[in-house]
Amino acid sequence: MLDSLSTRLQSIFDRLGGRGRLTEENIQEALREVRVALLEADVNFKVVRAFIDRVREKAVGQDVLRSLTPAQHVVKVVHDELVELLGGSGHRLTPAPHPPTVIMLIGLQGSGKTTTAAKLARWYTKQGQHPLLAAADTNRPAAQDQLQTLGGELGVPVVGGPGQTPLAICRQAREDAAARGLTPLILDTAGRLHIDEALLAELAAIRKEVLPHHVLLVLDAMTGQDAVTVADRFNKAVGVDAVILTKLDGDARGGAALSVRSVTGRPIAFAGIGEKTDALEPFHPDRLASRILGMGDVLSLVERAQEGVDQTKAEELVRKLREDAFTLDDFRDQLRQVRQLGPLDQVLGMLPFGKMLRAAPKDLTAESTDLGRFEAIIGSMTPDERRSPEVINGSRRARIARGSGTTVQDVNRLLKQYAQMRKMLKQLKGMEGKLRLPIPRG
Amino acid sequence: MTFLSGLRDRLREGLKRSQEHLASGLAAVLAPERPIDDALYEELEELLLAADLGATLAADFTNRAREEVMFGTVTRADQLRPLFRRFLADTLQPAAQPLDLDHRPAVVLMLGVNGAGKTTTAAKLAAALSGSGKRVLLAAADTFRAAAIEQLQRWGERIDVPVIHQAAGSDPAAVVFDAVKAATARGVDALIVDTAGRLHTKANLMSELAKLKRVIERQLPGAPHESLMVMDAPTGQNGFAQARVFHETIGLSGVVLTKLDGTAKGGIVVRIVRELKVPVKLIGVGERVDDLQTFDAETFVDALLPVQ
Ligand SMILES: Nc1nc2c(ncn2[C@@H]2O[C@H](COP(=O)(O)OP(=O)(O)O)[C@@H](O)[C@H]2O)c(=O)[nH]1
Ligand SMILES: Nc1nc2c(ncn2[C@@H]2O[C@H](COP(=O)(O)OP(=O)(O)O)[C@@H](O)[C@H]2O)c(=O)[nH]1
Ligand SMILES: [Mg+2]
Ligand SMILES: [Mg+2]
Repeated sequence: MLDSLSTRLQSIFDRLGGRGRLTEENIQEALREVRVALLEADVNFKVVRAFIDRVREKAVGQDVLRSLTPAQHVVKVVHDELVELLGGSGHRLTPAPHPPTVIMLIGLQGSGKTTTAAKLARWYTKQGQHPLLAAADTNRPAAQDQLQTLGGELGVPVVGGPGQTPLAICRQAREDAAARGLTPLILDTAGRLHIDEALLAELAAIRKEVLPHHVLLVLDAMTGQDAVTVADRFNKAVGVDAVILTKLDGDARGGAALSVRSVTGRPIAFAGIGEKTDALEPFHPDRLASRILGMGDVLSLVERAQEGVDQTKAEELVRKLREDAFTLDDFRDQLRQVRQLGPLDQVLGMLPFGKMLRAAPKDLTAESTDLGRFEAIIGSMTPDERRSPEVINGSRRARIARGSGTTVQDVNRLLKQYAQMRKMLKQLKGMEGKLRLPIPRG
Repeated sequence: MTFLSGLRDRLREGLKRSQEHLASGLAAVLAPERPIDDALYEELEELLLAADLGATLAADFTNRAREEVMFGTVTRADQLRPLFRRFLADTLQPAAQPLDLDHRPAVVLMLGVNGAGKTTTAAKLAAALSGSGKRVLLAAADTFRAAAIEQLQRWGERIDVPVIHQAAGSDPAAVVFDAVKAATARGVDALIVDTAGRLHTKANLMSELAKLKRVIERQLPGAPHESLMVMDAPTGQNGFAQARVFHETIGLSGVVLTKLDGTAKGGIVVRIVRELKVPVKLIGVGERVDDLQTFDAETFVDALLPVQ
């Protein structure tokens, strides 16, 4: 399970006797591994086939870079190719020359359209704009209430109520947005199957009459092989300008993104990384490429850390990961940062080998950790004890408990969680070395 | 489960659509005069991949077919389809198990990742039971997602089944506690608990779910009688990780595979059944209240490997 693509490829080349040049023969087996990795990541099998051919064409005859092993070189070619296919350096939604900019969300049932509509509203609000939300899902029970509630929480106006057709709601919303000077206008539509001709025609009609500037296909990152069919049909029937990939906060590898890119040629604009309205980020092709290959997402973590905590702390965090110099002081910092970074499991999910996160101490989440108590306990330790917790024996524990107004059980619980965290970081570090992940120097 | 019978035709109709685009492909692959060679195996493997069975299972089934050919049990390309059909049916057959609802109240816990179809399935199941003369209660234990409670309430009104609920944001365990109490006091036949969607990777949300189960168990020993993971058919390989973690945390009694009215096959359940021994109990084939069906292995396999 912890066997990453790089290490698997490494063992293949070790067996073949690492030669300096990649040939049709010596990369054959490696490409089979790449194929399986991509299939396991849910890339459509036809897309995989074409992709492997491209990689073979590129790789054969290349001299292995001096700084790399042959396995790493193949991973690099694969990775670069993935990044290119996923859309180079990312994509931004351009504002319309004459406001309002109209964004329309379409997709299958339950893919995350309504939530994403609210996330986008928040996103643009943060940029100083004044969006308008239109609740044009008249089909799913309480879908309009859902958007109303989310809009209410964000202080963003929502139009559209029962008894109107989706087209009428969107048309009216566009007039409202223009009259009230609100932009962007975000249209939330009902989920529908890509084979439901009647309902696709409804979307096409809205597109034709309301003229959205960006029609975005909202796609669940857990989608499998069917993503190509879904994207293709929506694209042909309605037209897709860009894609939003949701639910990337789990451990799905997100290969569907590559499928969708390949069949529509459309860029991926945003990634949804949680249920709350702030869990939206611009899409980064390089990170998804690493993720598809099972190489983790260390860059995301660093960036998030930089947003959430001050720069030095973020760099510290990365350095500790590297050096396994994780003391109780750091543990306390971590606990404090959990609130700013988001739930720890989400933070850990961005690290290589997201599966490791199930080894995360169960209680170590923002919701359940009694931060106050832990702070008090650590505060009652001597600097020595904080640096080398192994010295904390029974009598010290009793002293610390008394000093912090807690119980010995509380102290034990904290030490146990610290030990678990440390063990986990150690394992992460071991793997990180093998992978040569692009962590900036701290 | 008689209360869901008679809907089979609708299911077939739904599944037929998803078969159409594959049917011609399979016919071409398995033309009787076609030689059994590597190219053929590759195409067969791709049919399984296309259905989301996953690289390992697809390779495994294909290799088993190679063995049969080697032993001479299969000599013509058109004999391969029945062979694959048998592999799949043998794997899935034990999965066709009825719901265990012979309790009063029978408690059914709906769980799964976000947007899979839990609330809709809860309502469909409630309607099916109530339509067969049972007294049913729904519990709105998704107190997190915006308007999740209203969604279930609308369903409740539509199908005339009472919904136990509290305010948005309240403790789901309290809702569940109330609901079990009400179900027992009112002597209903079944209580169906709708929970918030959660990704299996979120430790805190998984322990919340475990707690909900404990609350039910403590009030009503032996309950919940069904803990059903709802998963939608478009789900790819991640579906296995979902099922594994939910099973470890809760102990699943079954899977409900929804959205089979699209073109996705839901092949990942083959791996779930094979490796986790968790049966598929129900399937969802649409958004309407009667779009729920018991799982039938043969029908499901026919959709995976359509008859020409
Ligand atoms: N974990 C997670 N859940 C999400 C994300 N986006 C949406 N959801 C959840 O997915 C479910 C379906 O979302 P919704 O917006 O109602 O989908 P719609 O039917 O397409 O409008 C809800 O439970 C959302 O909270 C995401 O990025 N991460
Ligand atoms: N086509 C189709 N849509 C479904 C099916 N089951 C649920 N849905 C839709 O999927 C979306 C999410 O369903 P919901 O029950 O709210 O999911 P939950 O978040 O898991 O509770 C809604 O738009 C439902 O109407 C099904 O079997 N087929
Ligand atoms: Mg919606
Ligand atoms: Mg729900």
